[in-house]
Amino acid sequence: MTHDPGAASVKPDLSPATTDVSVPAGGSSVGTVSRALGALSAIARIELFLVVILIVLVWWGVQLSPFFLTGPNFGFSSQAVMEISIMALAMTPIIITGEIDLSVESMVGLSSCVLGWLWASGVPLEAGIPIVLMVGVAGGLFNGVIVTRLGLPSLVVTLATYALFRGLAHVVLGSTVISNFPTGFTDFGFGYVPGTFVPWTLLVFLLLAIVAVALVHGTWIGRQVFAVGKNKDASRYSGVRVGALKTGLFAVSGLVAAFAGIILTSRTSTASPDNGLNMTLAVVTIAVLGGVDINGGKGTVPGVILAVFILGTLKSALTQAGVSTDYQNVAIGLLLIVSVIAPQLARQSRVFVDRVRLGRRPPTRAPAPGEVVR
Amino acid sequence: MALSVPANVHAPGGLGSLLGRLARSREATLAGVVVVLGLLVWLEAPSFLSSTNLISVTSLTAIVAIAAVGEALVIITKNIDLSVESTMGLVAFVVAVVLKDDNVPVAEAWAIGIGLGLALGMVNGIVITIFRVPSIVATLGTLSIYRGLTYLVANGREITNSDLPAGYTDPSSQTFFGVPLFVLLAIAVVIVAALALRYTVFGRAVYAVGSNEEAAATIGVRARSTVFLVFAVSGMLAGVAGVLWGIQFGQLYASSASGESLAVIAAVVVGGVSISGGSGTVIGAAIGALFLGLINNALVVLNLPQEWLNVIYGAVILLAVATDALIQVQALRARARSRQR
Repeated sequence: MTHDPGAASVKPDLSPATTDVSVPAGGSSVGTVSRALGALSAIARIELFLVVILIVLVWWGVQLSPFFLTGPNFGFSSQAVMEISIMALAMTPIIITGEIDLSVESMVGLSSCVLGWLWASGVPLEAGIPIVLMVGVAGGLFNGVIVTRLGLPSLVVTLATYALFRGLAHVVLGSTVISNFPTGFTDFGFGYVPGTFVPWTLLVFLLLAIVAVALVHGTWIGRQVFAVGKNKDASRYSGVRVGALKTGLFAVSGLVAAFAGIILTSRTSTASPDNGLNMTLAVVTIAVLGGVDINGGKGTVPGVILAVFILGTLKSALTQAGVSTDYQNVAIGLLLIVSVIAPQLARQSRVFVDRVRLGRRPPTRAPAPGEVVR
Repeated sequence: MALSVPANVHAPGGLGSLLGRLARSREATLAGVVVVLGLLVWLEAPSFLSSTNLISVTSLTAIVAIAAVGEALVIITKNIDLSVESTMGLVAFVVAVVLKDDNVPVAEAWAIGIGLGLALGMVNGIVITIFRVPSIVATLGTLSIYRGLTYLVANGREITNSDLPAGYTDPSSQTFFGVPLFVLLAIAVVIVAALALRYTVFGRAVYAVGSNEEAAATIGVRARSTVFLVFAVSGMLAGVAGVLWGIQFGQLYASSASGESLAVIAAVVVGGVSISGGSGTVIGAAIGALFLGLINNALVVLNLPQEWLNVIYGAVILLAVATDALIQVQALRARARSRQR
């Protein structure tokens, strides 16, 4: 189920079930079980690490305030990170294929402004929301087509559309801010499932998370995503339509960012050209913290889901500690860098321990593709 | 795709004329576009060529151009530095704070600022080369860390002209033989960087690392030290840009220079530096900065809505990289054809 560096995963693997425990293999059951155990132990390494961080953060939060581990705080603080969390789900497969989408935060602003503009010009929300979602798909397709058709790096293309979409948001709404949305709409972003402390948006996130886990780890689409991330050319020769796959992923990312824009508009009851500023940092942080390799080929959706809760808990604990949002970004930035350094240090320390124990020098060459590094 | 072919290397022979070579040189084409665009704007709004407007637009452009030179070095090594805007903002604010609170001499404050920029760039370099964090992740992190530090230093304050020594902002409007001081400084930086890239071991190492890091390491190029150095230089030049930013505006907030990373990277990419590494020049990056500054100013003097600025930035970046891709695909095809003959 995972492509952890420790897992003995070999090259682009298009055969069913070898990369995934959740797909029952048609073949021998013994092989499946041993494969499942192997995958499970590989997951355990990175996901266990994340669970430990989460527990430490929760413990810290409880020290700060007795109300930290209560339903209202859980509901309130999870609500605050739902837009970035939903976008992180769509960003995950994009990064696994070796691409990146920096434009998501601007799409949040653009979709919010289009929604506000439509509402202000008398279009009912039932018609406005589908239009906004289509704007998201169009923006994502635009990214995807330029990246795949012209063979341009997604880093530059989405940096350009990061400016483009934000600029269009300013063009659509100018300097006005729309905030007279009906309560029926704002209740979705601000309300809770009746009788619980579960925000509607958290419910939506969990549903999307299940869909993402199923798609990325249980279908041929997911296997193609990993294959492309590990070796683009090999997957193309194996019959993967790399361009179509990537274009599709960017379109989904645009769609999800537009949806996040609708949620943000609903939660804050405000459509403003500045909506979503600086969200890309948090989205990429969640994905990388969740164990997705920024160079592509590795990552798990469950890891990303854990990272969502870590970020939510961290932000909530920092708020309890009286740290304002301006300073919270320092912590998120540090978390992003540490989440890349920590697994490397762990690996290096393993090499060091081996050397001490066996009196052996560590391998000086880079591991061959597929080689098991212990 | 093999898009990292330097634009000024392909197709030897063929159209050997100077004109043909000029048309193929990204820097010359872009400079031509700048001149034509400038003439069009001037015809529409004669105030464009007034000396106050020219000094203000070129001084601002010079600030971006200096940061763009550092960014160009980084991008040629196939890395990216997203943190320049936060380095500029932090340096600008710290310089103003030491001037106001500690009454240090102006020159000393500037040295502190440039040294701070160098230190911030070295932090990037250490994270990237020693801890092996990909530069996009590392500088995305320091982008928010350095900005957060600025908020810490600012602590809710803002700096106004009256907090700074009398006449502090004067250099931004001073000229030397008609050329604004900032522009002279930018030209000096560009010349030094261009010479270093072309004639020093370091310069060749920068291109070698960007073209193929492993191959470069194999032939004895110290790839990691080179990458560390370009990030240090990028931080230092962002520090210079931050100092100039403070002199230019004299009014500083914790959010000063936000969004400038985009302008700097756009200038580099529009100037013909390939994001895939290994090709491009700092002169191109500086002309790219001039081009974007011109568009920015054109919106003002032509009374066009400022909201379009980001749209135009985005479109121009896309246009520049797409044209590059198409030209290079065609050049590869042309070369394949000539080989068949």
